[in-house]
Amino acid sequence: MSGGTAHAARLAMHRRRKRINAIALTASLAAMAFGVFWLIWILVETVRLGWGGMGLAVFTQMTPPPQADGGGLANAIFGSLTMVTLATLLGTPIGVLAGIYLAEYGQKSALGHTVRFINDILLSAPSIVIGLFIYAVVVAPFKGFSGWAGVLALALIVIPVVIRQTENMLGLIPNALREAAYALGTPKWKVILAVTLKAARAGVVTGVLLAVARIAGETAPLLFTALSNQFWSSDMSQPMASLPVTIFKFAMSPYENWQQLAWAGVFLITLGVLALNILARVLFRDKH
Amino acid sequence: MSAVIDLSPAGRPKLSVRGLNFYYGSFLALKNIHLDIPEKKVTAFIGPSGCGKSTLLRTFNRMFELYPEQRAEGEIRLDGEDILQSRDDVSLIRAKVGMVFQKATPFPMSIYDNIAFGVRLFERLPRVEMDERVEWALKKAALWNEVKDKLDQSGAGLSGGQQQRLCIARGIAIKPEVLLLDEPCSALDPISTGKIEELIHELKSEYTVVIVTHNMQQAARCSDFTAYMYLGDLVEFGPTSELFMKPKKKDTEDYITGRFG
Repeated sequence: MSGGTAHAARLAMHRRRKRINAIALTASLAAMAFGVFWLIWILVETVRLGWGGMGLAVFTQMTPPPQADGGGLANAIFGSLTMVTLATLLGTPIGVLAGIYLAEYGQKSALGHTVRFINDILLSAPSIVIGLFIYAVVVAPFKGFSGWAGVLALALIVIPVVIRQTENMLGLIPNALREAAYALGTPKWKVILAVTLKAARAGVVTGVLLAVARIAGETAPLLFTALSNQFWSSDMSQPMASLPVTIFKFAMSPYENWQQLAWAGVFLITLGVLALNILARVLFRDKH
Repeated sequence: MSAVIDLSPAGRPKLSVRGLNFYYGSFLALKNIHLDIPEKKVTAFIGPSGCGKSTLLRTFNRMFELYPEQRAEGEIRLDGEDILQSRDDVSLIRAKVGMVFQKATPFPMSIYDNIAFGVRLFERLPRVEMDERVEWALKKAALWNEVKDKLDQSGAGLSGGQQQRLCIARGIAIKPEVLLLDEPCSALDPISTGKIEELIHELKSEYTVVIVTHNMQQAARCSDFTAYMYLGDLVEFGPTSELFMKPKKKDTEDYITGRFG
């Protein structure tokens, strides 16, 4: 008899759990649908409006004057590629080396804690602050906007991302692997280079790719540093065009041909960032 | 407690431990250990978890130095020379005293490079001689036949037992004199364990082997001498057959007969 009541109580509890589960699942799905809805809308609009402006001219011609026929984004694409590449080349070694310091040398040292704390602040610093900082220390004293100033601002965004990712990825490497390398009589620098960093390389490369994706779309740090340029310029000491700043300028304008090109630029950046993210995921998945 | 026994029939000691105290911070984990480990024999450390057997093993190649809060006091003589006081670079000691860990740890590189990595630290060999050394080490570790056609593949692709034999091959490739094994079979199935035990038996003709094990049958099967440790003390040390058949101490008897631990 009492066994029967216990069984009934269990059944009731089970039904209650199932109801709560259904509610929670519905809420989660609704939240996901809400997020994905806007994302898909953004992608659809980007493709719909950007695709119309696409053509060979986008890659071969310079940004046009207002209300002119033709024109493209060649100078902005070149400027973005150059500055993003140089900023990555500058920021990655610094970020990886600092990350190695934090993970392998300064885990518990006062310097390590300080660097980690400052890096966390830098990581979440608004990019416009970084732009203004470079304006104050580079652009103003040298009296001129330049591609180099843009590179420095973007590199300052890359560095904290790479530091954090490198430290985290090295932190995931089990100590047993380090001990095994030391047990052979391996010197510390070689343990790090040949064993731990190598074991963590997929994660570190992923971090670099995500940093590239992030700076590819940054506008604020370039507004005060590289400014922009209507014409083709590969001179890094002169103002330099970039996709985000050009989009900002063209999208805000009343001219239809500029707006059209702004959408084409948005389409290109979105595609590029998407490709980088997919590449980062594929790389990471192979290793983990 | 101390347990220095007469090793005259077993030959001279390879490692002599005298008055060894070991600290994790302020915690005393090894208490005044005295021990002679005979050359070209297999010595097993047994005892319940936390008794200090792995800690003791890790002093023989100064592995504990990786962690600043750990320190050792006393003497550990390798061929008469105190390695704790040695001014030689610690890599030279580790080249003489190799170690294999509980968890197999293949490096993120090919099977070939896993073996060659350690050799390259100490010797510059022409390609042909390096090939020979890799083959020799893999044959010693009874792994050659299983991997000879895929030396360029990643070591991580091997099975657990193969990975552990790869680690043993990596350890012997640099031709150490002592090989420390820290529970090398605890993550392996019985067949892989059997292969490694056979291997240990082979290795003692050329190397001094010290093995930490939780498995008393394993200690009984493959060691010549056994040390029983408890709470940082070396309780009893002697020839394996004597220690298992007629232990001198009640504590040892209780542990090996399963009444405790």
